[in-house]
Amino acid sequence: MSMFRHGYVAGPLLGLLWALVIATTTAVVFSFATGGAYRPGGIGAGLLGAGLGTLAVAMPRLAGPVGLALGAILAVTPVAAVVTGPDVALWTALLAGGVAGAAIGWPIAAMMQGCRPGALTRHEFEAAVIRFLTGFGYIFFTAIVAIPFYVMVMTSLKNQSELIQNPLDFSIDLSKGWGLFRSYAELFGQFNFGSYLWTSFLVSVLTVIITLIFAIPGAYAVARLRFAGRAMISRSILLIYMVPMIVLALPIYIAFSMLGLRNSIFGIVMIYPVTTIPVALYMLQGYFRGLPAEIEEAGLMDGLSRLKVIWQITLPLSMPALASVSLYVFMIAWNEFLLAFMLLDDPSKFTLTRGIAALNSSEIPRQHLMAGSVIATVPIMALFLGLERFMTKGLTAGSVKG
Amino acid sequence: MTAQTPRSGPVPLGQSAETSRPAPKPPKGRNPLERREARLAWGLLLPTVAAVTLVVVLPLLAIFWISVKPVGLADLRPPTPVVSEDLRGRPEAVGDDATLRYRLRNSSQDQVITGVVLTDTLPEGLEIGDLDPRCALDGLALTCELGDFEGGHRETIEIPVTIGQGFADAGMELPDSPPGLTGQAPNVLTSGNFTFENFARVFDGSEFWGVLWVTLVYTVFGTIGALLFGLFAALLLDKSFRGQGVLRGLYLFPYVAPVIAVAFTWIILFDPFSGSANALLIQMGVTTEAINFFGQRPLALIMVILFEVWRYFPLSFLFILARMQSIDTDMYEAADMDGASPFQQFWYLSMPQLLGILSVLFLLRFIWTFNKFDDIFLLTGGNAGTRTLTVNVYEQAFAVSNIGAGAAVAVVIFGCLLVFSFLFFRFISQEEGL
Repeated sequence: MSMFRHGYVAGPLLGLLWALVIATTTAVVFSFATGGAYRPGGIGAGLLGAGLGTLAVAMPRLAGPVGLALGAILAVTPVAAVVTGPDVALWTALLAGGVAGAAIGWPIAAMMQGCRPGALTRHEFEAAVIRFLTGFGYIFFTAIVAIPFYVMVMTSLKNQSELIQNPLDFSIDLSKGWGLFRSYAELFGQFNFGSYLWTSFLVSVLTVIITLIFAIPGAYAVARLRFAGRAMISRSILLIYMVPMIVLALPIYIAFSMLGLRNSIFGIVMIYPVTTIPVALYMLQGYFRGLPAEIEEAGLMDGLSRLKVIWQITLPLSMPALASVSLYVFMIAWNEFLLAFMLLDDPSKFTLTRGIAALNSSEIPRQHLMAGSVIATVPIMALFLGLERFMTKGLTAGSVKG
Repeated sequence: MTAQTPRSGPVPLGQSAETSRPAPKPPKGRNPLERREARLAWGLLLPTVAAVTLVVVLPLLAIFWISVKPVGLADLRPPTPVVSEDLRGRPEAVGDDATLRYRLRNSSQDQVITGVVLTDTLPEGLEIGDLDPRCALDGLALTCELGDFEGGHRETIEIPVTIGQGFADAGMELPDSPPGLTGQAPNVLTSGNFTFENFARVFDGSEFWGVLWVTLVYTVFGTIGALLFGLFAALLLDKSFRGQGVLRGLYLFPYVAPVIAVAFTWIILFDPFSGSANALLIQMGVTTEAINFFGQRPLALIMVILFEVWRYFPLSFLFILARMQSIDTDMYEAADMDGASPFQQFWYLSMPQLLGILSVLFLLRFIWTFNKFDDIFLLTGGNAGTRTLTVNVYEQAFAVSNIGAGAAVAVVIFGCLLVFSFLFFRFISQEEGL
């Protein structure tokens, strides 16, 4: 290890690795954005990175500008960092090279910050490596999360022939105007997605309300009241939380078939809350436990009954927890697939997830499938981003379910 | 009311029996306040307990019952005798002859229905002619004892009638009262017919062990992968900078989005014929021909594991981040002063602090990944060597139409779950205050 701990070894080495990361990223970004042929040039990127890494140790201020210039110049030579196909215009090739060079130069200078040209201490060396890993991590995680969602949205805006012709071309032809949203128009017009959206919303809201009605008193009892069997109840909640849905779905399917509850929203609304009550109860009792009991006792002393204490003191105090539990339950109900898939066959009663499952056939073009996915994803994402604070809290408050 | 009652317990040493004063005794039993509190608690819990019993405990018991039953998908609709009634002969006036006809059949093609009885209330104002020997008329109430119906049996009972004034006044129409028809059909779900064939089928041959192996590989690697990715992501975001909130929100997307949406996106992204991933790989020269990501034997399992890691790393990331942010920074400063390098600080300071949440997450995620059904079902349908136990339940019950065998697999899953939760409560209850 100690041989790496030298400015002129660590610099080029990290530069080389970083250049490979950046060259790949640039190639993928340009391919996805324009549909042209870009690929990372291993040798070119490696040489450029190693050079810029050395420069970053020797003259850190120069690494960025030199990277930009050198990247663009090398783009027209055989040792380009991002190799382009013959059909790519010169200026985009130069742009790709320049972007890659700049994205190698400046960050590598920042990574090698504090690294002298000579021998490095362990501390300095590891700090540089960690900065490299951090940069890599941001790119990596952003890519793996963003690419599928980008593909989902862009596919939904294209048509079948465009998709077959060049699967990499996600550029949008803005001249089509509203024609871009044809898949959405067809889904809402012919495939009844408006009604699915409404059904999903209705089912989710009802699930939230019913869940809260059941879970609040139960959670309060487990958190505050002393009774024989409290520990057992507390554990059973966790245990039920772990029973796989598919095990329950089979008998529920049989029972619903016999009772004629299949294909009814009523049946779905009956089942969904029970799958969420244990989660909600578990999350809420954790929160109730954290509330100071003295306030409630004061209420009791002043002559309120237990139920009034819950209604007038505990609930107003636990509004944030109720919000996050509601959000979480809403998310579970909105995203639920298995039960909807098994219990609903009648297209007039589909929820959104069931409706999307019905789109998965060879006759229906896949931009419709993706448009359906976008329709299902956007509301929950919007809700989630708007109330992210509650959501993160709710998720960490005892829900490892998923 | 949280009244402080004297705690029962060992009598303090100073007040042992040798002193002449009688030792103060703790009150026996529970006082009325405690009883009231317990009653209230159970009252508050009752709705939840009832609902959960109905939808979780009953189905679990049902699964055990079904798993020893020879029941297929078709048996869910038990055979019933079916009857339809009409009036033939087009009577137009009083005194016309007509025929009251009952057409009966067994809805099942192969099962016997025993003791079929037809009951009907005849409309007023009809003169009844010769009755079928099996039928009896009491006033207007018609009862026919028809005996047993073989599978696929059909028959017709005709009663000649003459129209009377009362019937003509009522509009020559049969009233809207459908005739009653009862019969006993053997319902395989409630019969005393048991079999261990389902379990024999499930454990039969190498298939089961293959499925179990796939399940274990999927669960272990999916869980560990999601934990490692989550740890990495948490390390990235464990510092405040502009845009940290945005990135945190973005990194949660895979978990928050509906599974069906992201699963289909993956399928389209990795499509062997027109998927972007293949086009990209070919363009970059990684491969010369398209790869069938979800259709080849070892690759499909790897892809499914990657999907699991991708979808659930946000969850571990969130928990680990929450734990990290509660670690005191003083410790790191002290370590810095003592010359600990960043990796040493991570390994010797952060990791021991994170071990608790990591093990909780591992066990919980292990159980949940083991239970996972939707993801694999949507991605591969359990083909190409990705059939896990949960997918096998569906496969047996609905694709092979053998509900009993599906239930038997479910029982196996439940057994595994019991083992896991035993381990869970054994190792975790001290940790993290669960």
